[in-house]
Parts: sequence; C-alpha cells; structure tokens
Amino acid sequence: MRPILLQGHTRSLTQIKYNREGDLLFSVSKDQVVNVWYSHNGERLGTYNGHVGAIWTVDVNSTSTLLLTGSADNTAKLWEVQTGKCLHTWEFKTAVKRVAFSEDDAMALAVTEQRMGYPGTIVILSIKNDLEAEQSDEPINIVYPKGSKAMAAEWGYLNKYIITGHEDGSVAQYDWKAGDQIKSVKAHNAEITDLQMSEDRTYFITASKDKSAQIFESNTLNHLKKYMTDAPLNSAAITPIQDFVILGGGQDAMQVTTTTMRQGKFECRFYHKILEDVEVGRVKGHFGPINTIAVHPDGKSFSSGGEDGYVRVHHFDEDYFKFKYPELH
Amino acid sequence: MPGFDNARQFPQSIEDLDFSDIEEKYKVPFEEGFDTVIVVDNAPTVDESKKDKLLKFIKKIFKNAGNIKDIDMPMDPDPKTETLTSKGFLFIEFETPEQAAMAIKQYDGYPMDKTHHLAVNRFTDIEKYSQIEEEYKEPEEEKFVEKEHLRSWLTDPQARDQFVLYRGDDVSIFWNKKTEPPEEVHKRINWTETYVQWSPLGTYLATFHRQGIALWGGPSWNKIIRFVHSGVKLIDFSPNEKYLVTWSNEPITLGPNGGAGTPFGPEDEGRQIIIWDVHGGNLLRSFPSSTLSSDGTPNKITWPMFKWSPSDKYFARVTQGQQGQQGQQALSVYETPSMGLVGNKSIKIEGLVDFEWAPASDKEKEKDKHSGEKKQREELLSYWTPEIGNQPARVTLLNIPSKEIVRTRNLVNVTDSKMHWQSNGDFLCVKVDRHTKTKKSTFSNLEIFRVREKDIPVEVIEVKDVVIAFAWEPKGERFAIITTSDPNYGQPTQGGVTLKTSVSFYYLEKPKPGKETLEKKTSNAIYWSPQGRHVILATLRSATTFDLEFWDLDFETTLDQKEFAKTDPAACLQLMSTQEHYGVTDVEWDPTGRYVITSSSFWRHSIENGYILWDFKGTQLQKHLLDKFKQLLWRPRPKSLLTSEQKKAIKKNLREYSKEFGKKDEEEESTLSEEQIKHRRRLMEEWNAWRKRVEKELSEERENAGIVSPPRRDDDTIEVIEEWIEEVVEETEEIIDD
Repeated sequence: MRPILLQGHTRSLTQIKYNREGDLLFSVSKDQVVNVWYSHNGERLGTYNGHVGAIWTVDVNSTSTLLLTGSADNTAKLWEVQTGKCLHTWEFKTAVKRVAFSEDDAMALAVTEQRMGYPGTIVILSIKNDLEAEQSDEPINIVYPKGSKAMAAEWGYLNKYIITGHEDGSVAQYDWKAGDQIKSVKAHNAEITDLQMSEDRTYFITASKDKSAQIFESNTLNHLKKYMTDAPLNSAAITPIQDFVILGGGQDAMQVTTTTMRQGKFECRFYHKILEDVEVGRVKGHFGPINTIAVHPDGKSFSSGGEDGYVRVHHFDEDYFKFKYPELH
Repeated sequence: MPGFDNARQFPQSIEDLDFSDIEEKYKVPFEEGFDTVIVVDNAPTVDESKKDKLLKFIKKIFKNAGNIKDIDMPMDPDPKTETLTSKGFLFIEFETPEQAAMAIKQYDGYPMDKTHHLAVNRFTDIEKYSQIEEEYKEPEEEKFVEKEHLRSWLTDPQARDQFVLYRGDDVSIFWNKKTEPPEEVHKRINWTETYVQWSPLGTYLATFHRQGIALWGGPSWNKIIRFVHSGVKLIDFSPNEKYLVTWSNEPITLGPNGGAGTPFGPEDEGRQIIIWDVHGGNLLRSFPSSTLSSDGTPNKITWPMFKWSPSDKYFARVTQGQQGQQGQQALSVYETPSMGLVGNKSIKIEGLVDFEWAPASDKEKEKDKHSGEKKQREELLSYWTPEIGNQPARVTLLNIPSKEIVRTRNLVNVTDSKMHWQSNGDFLCVKVDRHTKTKKSTFSNLEIFRVREKDIPVEVIEVKDVVIAFAWEPKGERFAIITTSDPNYGQPTQGGVTLKTSVSFYYLEKPKPGKETLEKKTSNAIYWSPQGRHVILATLRSATTFDLEFWDLDFETTLDQKEFAKTDPAACLQLMSTQEHYGVTDVEWDPTGRYVITSSSFWRHSIENGYILWDFKGTQLQKHLLDKFKQLLWRPRPKSLLTSEQKKAIKKNLREYSKEFGKKDEEEESTLSEEQIKHRRRLMEEWNAWRKRVEKELSEERENAGIVSPPRRDDDTIEVIEEWIEEVVEETEEIIDD
C-alpha cells in the first residue's frame, strides 16, 4: 500500500510512538510540537502545545490517558491525551532525552542530558493515573549512571530493573530503587541511539552509530542476535507476527547536503530476527536520515520519522504476512 | 662491606691468573687490516725488465676503483734462466675496504689482453681458502625441493576462475562460485602496499612494496621471487611472462658500498627502468627513464614505456634523440636475451609519436613455440608520424628485425591518431582525428588495414562525430565505436555531465560489410567479452547515470529470420538486459567470458564500494558491498592447449558435457542449501527453545508477583466502530405555488 505521509512537523522528528491499541500515533519533533494522529488514515487528531524547546521524547501510558514528553527546555510534561491539557511539568537542570512509562503506569523514567556541569541522570518519577490528582514533584529516586552517559532507557518487566544504553556503546542494567548498576556489557563500538523492548519485555533491541543493531536478553544481558548494516543506525524496532526487525538510520544529517539521496542510505531495512544475516527487504522514501521507527502493536503497519520532517506510515501488503521460509516450517 | 676473609683463595702469582677470557675478548682477528688488500691473479709473468711497465699498466686499470696505496709483485729467481721473474700474481692495497670491494666487483675477469683475464680476490679470502682442510668432505646434499605447480589453478575440475580482491589492507584470492558466495583460497593482511597485478598468463601475482616487487603463486601462495627496486611504481610483464619491466620514480643509487649486496652496478646508477628475467630473478639491463623532450623538461611517463613484441623477442620504445634537437625521434628496438639494439642502432624516424606491435595470430604463436631459437619470424609493428613541414602525416607498417617497410599510408589534416590492432593481428584500425581546413571542428576517420591480404588494402570509414571509444571484438572481424556530437564534449564540465552518445557496430565481413547504430545512449565505454560475441556498453564515471547494457551480436534467431539475418546484421543484434550498478567504476570480464564483475572502487569515490557479479546475459548473481573495496582482478588464463579440432569436437558434444556439469552443479547446490537450511533450522530451534524457557520464567514470576500478564490482544476483540456523520450543509424551504 502507498505509505501515508504525515506532514505536521516543520523540523526533524525525534521520536514516534503508538499507543497500546495502535490506533493513535504520537510524534515529537524539534519544532516544539507534539502531534497525535490516527494511525489508520494519517488524519491529525490534535497537538499538545506548551514546550519551548525541541522535544526529544514521548511516551503514552497503557490506557492511553496520559502522555509524557521530554524536551530541551529542561522539562518533562504530562498531558491529558484526550484534551491536550498539560497536567504537570517537572523541571530539570538539563534537557530530557528519553522518557518511558513503567509496565504498570505507576512510574516513569526520565533520562536527562549531561551538560553545563550537571551529570546525566535517570530520574524515576511517580505517576498517578487519576487525571484529577495532583502529581508529585519529588522523584522516587535519581540514578546516576556510571561511566558514560545514558542515551536511552527502558523498564524491565515487573519493574525489576531498568535497562540503559550508553554513549560508549555499553548496555547496563540498573536497580532503580538502590540506584546501583547490576550488570553492564560492552555491546557496540559507538553510541547507542535507540533501545526498544519486545512485547513482553524479555528481550530488547539496540541501535547504534556503529552500523549494527543487536538483541539482548533483558534478565541476563546475554547477546542474542546481531544485524550488520552499512549505515549508522538511529532506530531499531521488533515486529510482531513476522520474526523481523526494522532498522533505520543513514549517514549523519550534517553530511547530507554534500551527497546524493542514494548515498545516504535513508532506508528502513528489514532483517530476519532469528536468521540475523538475511536482509528481507528495504523501504525507501525519506530524503534524510531516519531518526525513529515504531511498529504498530498488531504488527500490521509501521511508521518512520525522519530528519526530513516527515512521518511515513506504512501498512504492510498481503504478501508481507504470507512470507515465510518454506524450508523452516 | 666486602671483607678479605677469603683472601687465601686469591691466586698467588701472575702465572696462576687465568686471562683466557680477556684474551678471547681482545683478540686481534687475523682478517682485520687486510680488508683493503686484493690479490690479482692471472697477470702475465714478466722478468725484471718489464716489471715497472706491467705495474704501471696494472695501476692504470685499478685506479678507477680507488686510490692505490701500495702495489707489490713478488719476484723469484727462475730455476732455468736464473733471472727474477714474476709469478703471475700481485697484491694491491687500497685506502678503504670499499675501494677494494669495488675493484673486485669491477675487475674480476677483466680481459687484460687476449690470454690474460685477471682474477681479482680479496686477500682475506685467499687466506680463508688456503686454510681449508685437506681432506675432502662430501658436502651435505641439499634436499631437492620440488617447485610448486604454478598453474595448478587451471586443474580445477569445475574450471572455475580465480580473482584477487584488495580491500582495506587485506588481499584475498577467491574462487568464483557463481551464485554461491566466493570461496576464499588465500588471504594476507598488508600483502601489498599500493596495488596488485597479475602476470599476463595468470601465473604470478605481483605485489608492490617499498623495496621492490614480489611475485607469488602456486597452490601455497608462497613467494616465488623478489625484484629489488626501491620505490617501484609501475611494472609490465612481457607477453609470455619471461621478462618484467619495472619503473620507479627514484633513480637507482648505489649507496655507500658501491652497490654491494644489491643487483646494481655502477652503470645502473641514476636509472629508473629495469628489465628483469622473471625465472632467474636476474637484472638484465637498466635504462634511464624516457629521455628529456626537446625543451629540456622531463617527459610525461607513458606506460608501458617499452612495448613487447608478441613473441617476447623484441621490445621497443620511442626515444627523443639528442636533447634540443627537434625531429630527431627514433625507434629503439632491442633484442632478447642479449638486451642489445637490433642492428646495433635505433631506427631514426622523424617526428615519431607512437607505435604498436601487431599481435600474433594463434598459428604464429604455435610456430614460435616450435621453431625455438632457430628461425626468427619477422614481426610487424605500426607507427605514425604527424605532419612535418610539407610532409603529410603517415602511418607505416614495419617488419622487425629486417626493418623493411611493408606499407605506408599518407594522411592529411591530422590532429591526432591512435592505432588499434585486432587481437589476432588480422586488422589494424587507425583512428584518425582530423580537423577541417579552418581547424575549428574535428571529426574522425577510421582507416582499416587488412594486414593479411595481399598488398594490405586500406578501407576508410568516415565518421562525422568524434569517436570517444573504440574496441575490436576479440579474435573477430567486428568492432564497436562510441561517438558523440554532444556540445559538452571536451568542455570542462562541472559535476560530470553525462554525454549523449551513439554506439555503432561495424561488420567487416560477415554477414556483409556494414554497420548498425544505436542512437541516444549515454554509454562511454565498451567491454567485449574475451570470447567475442557479447559486449557490455557501460556508462562510467558519470555522476548520475550508471547503466550497463548487455548486448549479444549473434542472437539466435528463429528459422525464418535466419535467412533475413544473412543480409541484415541487425536481426542478430539483441539487447539482453539493461542493468544499473550505482557508483560503478570498473568492469572486468572473467577470462572465459562467462561472468563479468562490475565494481565501485574506493580509489575513485566512496559511494557503495563493492562489486556485483553478473553472468554474460546480465543477470545479477551476487552483490557484495565492502567498505574500502579497492581492486578486483580476474586471474588471466594462458591460451588453451586444445587444438582447434578438439575444440570443435567439444562444441559438437556440448549437450552431453553440459548435462554432466549441470548434474554436478545441482548436486553441489542441493548439499549447500541443505547445509544452510540445517543452520537456519538450528537457529530457529534455538530461538524457539529460548523463548519457551523465558516465557515460562516470565509467567512464573508474574504469578509470584500476583500480577497477571496483560492479555494478548486478539483480532476478535477488536471492535470496529463505524461512524456515519451526516452534515446538513444547507436547508431551505421553498413554497411552491400551485
């Protein structure tokens, strides 16, 4: 099917996210606006206005009532999804690069940037899911990551731990209550740009500037799979239904003006999740690096957001679902 | 503090002291001090009266080597004549050991006169050899090491071809395995410093190093031989791999010890080109780099500087004659193995610009092999000279070694000319770029020399446009040219504007002389299959177009068209496939014409470096993207040993052979894919087992925590709500009167 082009941002996309049902798609961009779209037809439902800096990250709770965003204006904001009302604003010392709700929606984490003499932190916030309730300003805990700063973070299942991806390419497990590092492995040779959990949070995929993406087991941080590409990666996602992963990236935005579109490798690449070295297909379209990829929870479509300011929503064709390796089944 | 408690142990007298260790340490070696002395043997024996005369003569010879400090000729009374006579040898002492070494190097074997060839040796050597034990000891026999079979790759049962791939710092040799990924034969990191090159018959792989060239080969890929030439940049093998020409931008220097330990002698100093014997590794002759041009500036290096005749018997180059003298060009033809000029002098040809040897036909090659040294076949070369004064430009065919002119042809209004020999030497095409009288525009003429026919008739084909590429079909009588009338041609364009071109195929004989032109192309390079018939038209080094067109010139037509095909060559001209290879920089046919590799090299740009393997029809078999991919070269094959009858027989029974090989291919494919399937199955099983384990753990943990796992979404639970919204845009009430 023809992809749906969502033209609602004036600057590059930083993160996109589906809600749990997948009917809504949230997108944030450096243009300081949060947009929400109907994922099936690309109609824009509304915007959340209030940030005064580039927005880096977005997450929605499992009941699609609350939306959390993090921005370069040193704040994280909690919004009512339905009305667009800002419910609460947390102030930090530096920009908020990544936010994520816990599995039970009772908590959220916010990764803050290391800048201006302030260390990078992971702040654990308590969230009340009642729309009327007053949110607490006081964080539950602040984790100071060891060594290199955190670039991305996610919750483990049952809130057992948080998983962080770091600038030096390492992946670590932190006890969010005690603030201690449990485990750390050197996964990539360059900074980790994205970290997405599988549906049941038992494994996760990392994307890195070292042109590879890898899958790790959450509990043990055991390395499971590795996907080598020929371009720096900005995002990686795992697809339900089919055993694929989608990788996106491309050469650095800084170099784009000096080269042709073809050279930039601005394509979403599909790899077989289990067979690793089998590239199944590519989806072209963006004319800048792909910054973020999200897969619809039902696995029937996916979206990508690029440096070019567009979100492209792709619905898979019939062939996609029929595809399988006959010799393996 | 050390005490003297054990003073009793000290030796009592000086005799008791053991000085042997110190003696050993400060022993004066016998040889020392005699390094500057040489022994000259085989000198004439003279009596007292002629002694001074001889010594004066000897001194005169050896003073070139260095300053003679002392010379001594022992004299003994002759038992018969009772007069003092010399004993045929004398000693010379030089100032430095280097001078002595130089004297030995230069004058050992020096012919003083007809009967006296001087034997010059180091004095210390004489001492050494005189101390050799009297008893003969059988030298240990050196174990015979069998040389490796240098053409072992040809014995591959599937007749696969090899190629060398240079990427980053790694050089690897691969077998081409069609659709399967290539099989690595050998790999070395930092095997070469600049690039690699095969010898023309594929026997050796040459690697470039700071110190010189190394040749590798055989099944083990060991070093076979090494040629010392510091800073070597370019090499060229003779067609039969007997000789190697190397060029370095650094003139040869002998160093402080006069070139001892190197293959160079004083006559090599300052020269830049060396001709080597490939088998023995010996330096045969060195040459200065091409002489200065008339205005005194060094000439641009054109490579190969020496062009070899197809039999390896002759090599030649254009020399500029005396400096500052215009029009004194000459063709210097040298003979092997003597390395001397044919007839002891160069052939003076006024204005000589360029020449080419005629390739040998298969028959001639066969003859060369059998006749050996006995009979020397005349070899043919062609050269051209531009217009000088009133004399028109001229193409000449010349026989070597007789230097007999076979054919000349005069041309007018020539700006430039290029000679293209067909690979069998049957035809010579001289592409002449001519200008109109006003010299404002240029056009091309193709002058075809039918060399094998009596009196060598010449046909002229006029081409209105500029010919930018020309290529003969290997062993064929067809050729292809690319012409352009694009106004951008020759303009310094920005961003590599792709020229509009047309491609023409010319038929000299079959089915009838004529031509076929394809208009509106962008192609700018022609790549014939080494077997002829198939040709690739490529668009290289353009910034926007990367087309590859695979053409077949003998496309099998249906029966009723066959008649037609006899009169119209276009009926057999078929475009098999048009492909694109983004960023393509090079096209390489394998030596059998079955496969072709197009590659994008890091040396030109860093766009999608890597290579694609195609079959001759233009079907993509494999694509490899490799970071820092630099060079890929197919290993050339020597000429087949089969006679033409044997080849015909094979062609006749091709069906049976292909059946056999097809079966083998299938078998291999099935085993290979089986292995792959096995591997994939295992991966799937491992993953599934792991998932099972993890899911079980997860559900247990959830149960313990008392949190039920969120139910999986099912398609059934999805509720599709359709909303129909009716909007009333306008409602008006009109009362209509009856």
